[in-house]
Amino acid sequence: MTPLSSPLSKAPTGILGLDDITGGGLPRGRPTLVCGGPGCGKTLLAMEFLVRGATRFAEPGVFMAFEEGDQELAENVASLGFDLAQLVHDRQLLVDRVEIDRTEMEASGEFDLEALFIRIGHALDAIGAKRLVLDTIEVLFAGLPNPILVRAELHRLFRWLKDRGVTAVVTGERGDGSLTRQGLEEYVSDCVIALDHRVSNLVATRRLRVVKYRGSTHGTNEYPFIIDADGIAVLPITALGLAHEAPTERVSSGIPRLDAMLAGGGFYRGSSILVSGTAGTGKTTLATHFADAACRRGERVLFFAFEESPRQIERNQRSVGIDLVPWVDQGLLQFSAQRPTFQGLEMHLTAMHKAIHRFQPHNVVVDPLNSFISPGNEIEVKAMLMRLVDHLKVQGITGYFTSLTAGGSPVDQTDTAISSLIDTWLMLLAMESGGERNRSLSILKSRGMAHSNQMREFLITDQGVVLRDVYVGPGGVLTGSARLSQEAEEEAARLVRRQEIERQQRELERQRARLEARIAELRGEFLAQEAETLGLIAREEAREKALRQGRDAMARSRQADDATGGAHELAP
Amino acid sequence: MNSPHDAGQAPTPSPVPSPAGTEQWLLRLYVAGQTPRSVLAFANLRQICEEHLAGCYQIEVIDLQAQPELAREDQILAIPTLVRALPEPVRRIIGDLSHTERVLVGLDLKPRA
Repeated sequence: MTPLSSPLSKAPTGILGLDDITGGGLPRGRPTLVCGGPGCGKTLLAMEFLVRGATRFAEPGVFMAFEEGDQELAENVASLGFDLAQLVHDRQLLVDRVEIDRTEMEASGEFDLEALFIRIGHALDAIGAKRLVLDTIEVLFAGLPNPILVRAELHRLFRWLKDRGVTAVVTGERGDGSLTRQGLEEYVSDCVIALDHRVSNLVATRRLRVVKYRGSTHGTNEYPFIIDADGIAVLPITALGLAHEAPTERVSSGIPRLDAMLAGGGFYRGSSILVSGTAGTGKTTLATHFADAACRRGERVLFFAFEESPRQIERNQRSVGIDLVPWVDQGLLQFSAQRPTFQGLEMHLTAMHKAIHRFQPHNVVVDPLNSFISPGNEIEVKAMLMRLVDHLKVQGITGYFTSLTAGGSPVDQTDTAISSLIDTWLMLLAMESGGERNRSLSILKSRGMAHSNQMREFLITDQGVVLRDVYVGPGGVLTGSARLSQEAEEEAARLVRRQEIERQQRELERQRARLEARIAELRGEFLAQEAETLGLIAREEAREKALRQGRDAMARSRQADDATGGAHELAP
Repeated sequence: MNSPHDAGQAPTPSPVPSPAGTEQWLLRLYVAGQTPRSVLAFANLRQICEEHLAGCYQIEVIDLQAQPELAREDQILAIPTLVRALPEPVRRIIGDLSHTERVLVGLDLKPRA
């Protein structure tokens, strides 16, 4: 809710969430009606308005208690951590118990409530109060005769309060078909807040609605709220737009190989991650890896466990080599474990909202998300998750959710329904084959990164989670022993092939040796023949030479003058 | 008036003996300034006391505008309010006391019907 620039001045209540819905608080200087059935938290809301006013906004307040005594009131709100006695001592709070006992009061003739005006005025002046609570002023109708007169006096009272400029909260009991039994809403027309305490499916949920707020925009939905040790917390549901930041920083999943699959860096900070899988596929283990990695980086992790107790998670994770206890001891890891059936969805959400507000974590793990789902409430669960995811994103908190999918259907309806809210969706599957169940992990989607499309076998060892390549072959995807046996078969086949190659290589060598031997032999023969032929040539040349020498010698001895002429003569 | 003790029946003779002379009565009338209604209430009270408590009563008129803190201390809401401080137990009657019968019942000067 973006507070519009409104000329109406507002007095912040300091109640978690309520100021968001009302765009800044209750109308300053005017009365606000808070109505609801018995036990819906009217008195508490009114008291918190005063306590916060006194402690945070330096606006002392007066509590006019028409129903409960000082002691009773102090005890009731002490459980919320409000120390009324101290505030009263510091003159920040004044509690005036208005006792009306109809039985000891007789009426005779006309009267007015001027004494109540004086009383309130005196109390306001005594501590310089800026705030006032009248709880529950309708008691006057039961305590005093002549309701017409009381009505007229109340009308005058509210006008008088406006004139005094005191920011007042007036509580009223819900009536049949009207907001309050006595129609107080007719007098208090500036701001009306209705509280409700409904039970559906055996689970009680408190809700708050701003019925009207004159001169101001306000959230008109019913907002769940809780009352716990810190007071009231209202959860604004759909006040958030899609304007959250988109950090580019990456955070590790705690498993190096998975980080590698996620474009080498892990998840985006502030993104929402869903791990869905069938029973026993290691969702919690994967989540604790993430938590462990975050704690190693020195970040705070808030772990909402809806199935296992923190001790059980610690023990189980120790068996896979993750020790969470030191992180808990260092205050980096906080568990919040509750049964999903403990309270309604809205209340869980509000409680989670509040725990996040208190612990200010960097990362939030919800394990598992869908333990809330019962037949027929998928839409509500989606709405709840959407609000949670929105809230985490606005806060820049990385959200890690696990979701149990029903066996047989790999992606159940709820997962599909919430898919649009999820940035990175991991799927764990149990693959049944060869008498084994083996786990596989794949990334269904991961917005904004080039993620791996490969399926990995997911092994949980005593050193934590290990991802391995799966065997993908003509026989399909094989995991576990099937993968091992397939790998062994392949190894054997490879061995056979290698031996065959070696044999052929040896054969080739032999052929080469044979060939070379023959080449050598032929070359030998050739050389021999060559040598013989050369010898023949040499001998022939030698003979020719010798012949010529003999002829020359003869010619010389004959003193032939001309070798040529002589040769002619000598020719036969 | 829609009180359960609404007097419609005839006043019965009082079985309570007049306490005059035996006890001292202290009556406080809370008002807020001099309004016609408080003046009327005081006049009505004086008349009733003279009739039933002659000589043994004391009326204190408390103006809450002058002493606003007493509104809280004495648990006063309506104006005028008559409080029988003595004798015990404390009784309260609100209004201008124009209905004498109701005042007498309220002060235990007459049994409740």
